[in-house]
Amino acid sequence: MAVIAAHGAQTHGAGHMSPAKRLQVNRVGLWLFFFSESIIFGLLFTSRFFLLGTHQEHVDQFLGLVITIVLLASSVTAYTAETAMEKGNRKLAAWSLFATILLGVVFAIGVGFEWSVAEFGIKTAVEGQDPHNVVWGTVFFSMTGLHAAHVVSGVLMLGLALMMLLRGHFSKDSHWGISSTIMYWHFVDVVWVFYYPALYLVAGGGTHTG
Amino acid sequence: MYAATTIGGGLGTGLLSFYLGLGVAALLRSLFGFDAWDRDFNASIGYIFGLIGWLMGVGMWGTWGREWFGAKIKDPHANSRKELGWQRYFMFNVDHKVIGVQYLVTFLVVFILAGAMAMVIRLELMDSGRDFVSNKTYNTVLGMHGIMMVAVAVAAVVGGLGNYAVPLMIGADDMAFPRMNALSYWLVPPVAVTLLLSPFLGGLETGWTAYPPLSVLTQSAQTFWNLAIITFGLSSILGGLNFVVTVMFMRAPGMTWGRLPMFVWSMFVTAWLALLYTQGFAVALIMVTLDRIAGMGFFDAARGGDPLLYQHVFWFYSHPAVYIMILPGFGIALEVIGHFSRKPLFAYRYAVGAFLGILGLSGVVWAHHMFTAGIPNYLHGPFLVATELISIPTGLIFLSALGTIWMGKLWLRTPMLFALAVIFNFACGGVTGIFLADVPTDIHLQDTYFVVAHFHYTIVGGEIFGLFAGIYYWFPKITGRMYNEKLAKLHFWWMFIGFNVTFFIMHWPGIEGMNRRIADYPQSLETANLIVSLSAFMLGASFLVFIYNFVNSWVRGPAAEANPWGARTLEWQTSSPPPVENFLQPPVIAGHPYDYGVPGAAPHVTFYPPAVGSPAGGGGGGQ
Repeated sequence: MAVIAAHGAQTHGAGHMSPAKRLQVNRVGLWLFFFSESIIFGLLFTSRFFLLGTHQEHVDQFLGLVITIVLLASSVTAYTAETAMEKGNRKLAAWSLFATILLGVVFAIGVGFEWSVAEFGIKTAVEGQDPHNVVWGTVFFSMTGLHAAHVVSGVLMLGLALMMLLRGHFSKDSHWGISSTIMYWHFVDVVWVFYYPALYLVAGGGTHTG
Repeated sequence: MYAATTIGGGLGTGLLSFYLGLGVAALLRSLFGFDAWDRDFNASIGYIFGLIGWLMGVGMWGTWGREWFGAKIKDPHANSRKELGWQRYFMFNVDHKVIGVQYLVTFLVVFILAGAMAMVIRLELMDSGRDFVSNKTYNTVLGMHGIMMVAVAVAAVVGGLGNYAVPLMIGADDMAFPRMNALSYWLVPPVAVTLLLSPFLGGLETGWTAYPPLSVLTQSAQTFWNLAIITFGLSSILGGLNFVVTVMFMRAPGMTWGRLPMFVWSMFVTAWLALLYTQGFAVALIMVTLDRIAGMGFFDAARGGDPLLYQHVFWFYSHPAVYIMILPGFGIALEVIGHFSRKPLFAYRYAVGAFLGILGLSGVVWAHHMFTAGIPNYLHGPFLVATELISIPTGLIFLSALGTIWMGKLWLRTPMLFALAVIFNFACGGVTGIFLADVPTDIHLQDTYFVVAHFHYTIVGGEIFGLFAGIYYWFPKITGRMYNEKLAKLHFWWMFIGFNVTFFIMHWPGIEGMNRRIADYPQSLETANLIVSLSAFMLGASFLVFIYNFVNSWVRGPAAEANPWGARTLEWQTSSPPPVENFLQPPVIAGHPYDYGVPGAAPHVTFYPPAVGSPAGGGGGGQ
């Protein structure tokens, strides 16, 4: 009977879940989604080492460092947006979201620029490259491409969240739309924390090796 | 009309978006200085656009998409509450019972189509040298049969019976994410259409495994096929995620982990497998697609790529996938054997541990598919041992089933017959598996019909028999009508004998070295193949009995009681079919689901407050 007393008044089910439980369920669902996504990223990450060991071609270290700093900085602004939202400071939240979007766009442009100046191709070897080992381009473009696609989708979602915030949606107590988007953004950042060393740093200094 | 507007709307926006995607791709290509038209590239972009358009048109925009822009949405539950009759099944409906039926019927149709393709394969192989279909057609038919049956095996039980039964069995009124559940289903029709169109877009040459370099070089419908399978993987991952969260958070008060019915446990473990591994197939096919349409070189050895990478990534999913297929079969078998032996399920905790053990081991055995592919020798031993370790948890599940049957009062209705057949068939499949896990014998048997016989024994004998056990078991609950027992038993014996003759004999040409996937074979193997073909036709014909019984009983079968099996689990304590909200009063769980004949056992479920006029509220405590 104790069980009945404890739960008797509680309605059950997805249709009428309490907001607190809905939030908990959403949170776990989102974390499982990240878990699932990290396996996609992880398989490409593993493939890079399976195919090439630690071999890497020349990449622009300065550009890589700059876009990494930009992306990490965007996580700080995203964090600021969420804490501001929790304290009910809509103005700071909106500006921080805007800054996050801006930094995200800068990162995406940085990746695009890097693609345009890359000293390696996908299909054929360039000057000084071993023609039997041009798979680096495949690995580099597919890994940065998959990551950049996530950055772009994150920017779009942050844009929608900002738009809704400016239109008066969300409040101090109810802003799952913003929190979830920002969690996604942090996740995309964490992926880069693994991808950056795997693509830029493992061979040490980015000189021609192999 | 509701149905027509849903499907019509989806098709309309889907097709428009598809053409828009083709145009966008052409525009982008010419902007970057390529030829405006490349069939595979443009069609890929078109497919992605078309898929999103289809989903939005079919109902996601109104019930979901508008939310992203801060607009008001239609109540996603509105469709499930209307009295729409059969039209419910043709629209974006978030009710898990409707989605379950949608999945089940869709995949039964796919099953029949793929079965018909198996008949074509057996016609071609009836004698050596016969040319019933051309070799190219044979390859297409073989690939289609393979992938469609894999889809059935992955989704018919999980998506169909799982969706229908799991929320009912744990006392929830729906899945944790009802709209995502509907999304998972509505991703399926584009997949089915794309797969069925592939013969007209150039056919398939690679079988269902799509190994490079052939899958990269072939001028067939490979790219379309890849996109369809990636989409199907997405559906599978989202479905898995939904089940995990549902079982974790949606259980009724008192439904502890130790009181979950076995079927729910099996679905929980299966859902984890789908969530953890399906990405492997998707990533492998994304790599193939990139190699095909972007000229990348993942699998091109001449440029430093490695075709073996594909096999690693692919089998990283596709071995756990066989547990996605078989575990729900085991779950149904234990569930049905528990209820139909009228005694408590033997070694419940060990069986649960076995499911979890398979979940743990499934990720470290994939390379046993690659013993002859050229992997380093030092990998042979570990993968051999890890593979054979799986027989320990599997054995526990068998012991649980046998211990339950032992001294039980067996009630040999059709679901029980199918469940017992699961145990019998899978024992054969398990034993032949040992020869394939052992490297020395595997080197001889690899890629022969022995392998074909083995996996048909496990997947058809294990899961598909389990699927039919589940269909007959829950048929009264789902339809509110009773199936014809005589025809059902006829179906069982016909299918059981047909199946066993077909696949038992098939080991023989396999041991003699007959290659799978090849449209012809040496004359000396004609006798065996003739027997296999004839009994395969018999096996195929048995499903006609099933179809007749299924359709006829659903339309005009006698009304079923709420609990025709006198079972203790939750889904039988509500009306047949259940109301939209599943339970009129919130259920509270106090006892174990399988305590049949245990003196003083608490009823599995009570309703609070006691329901007025609700069926059999006590949950079978007195049976």
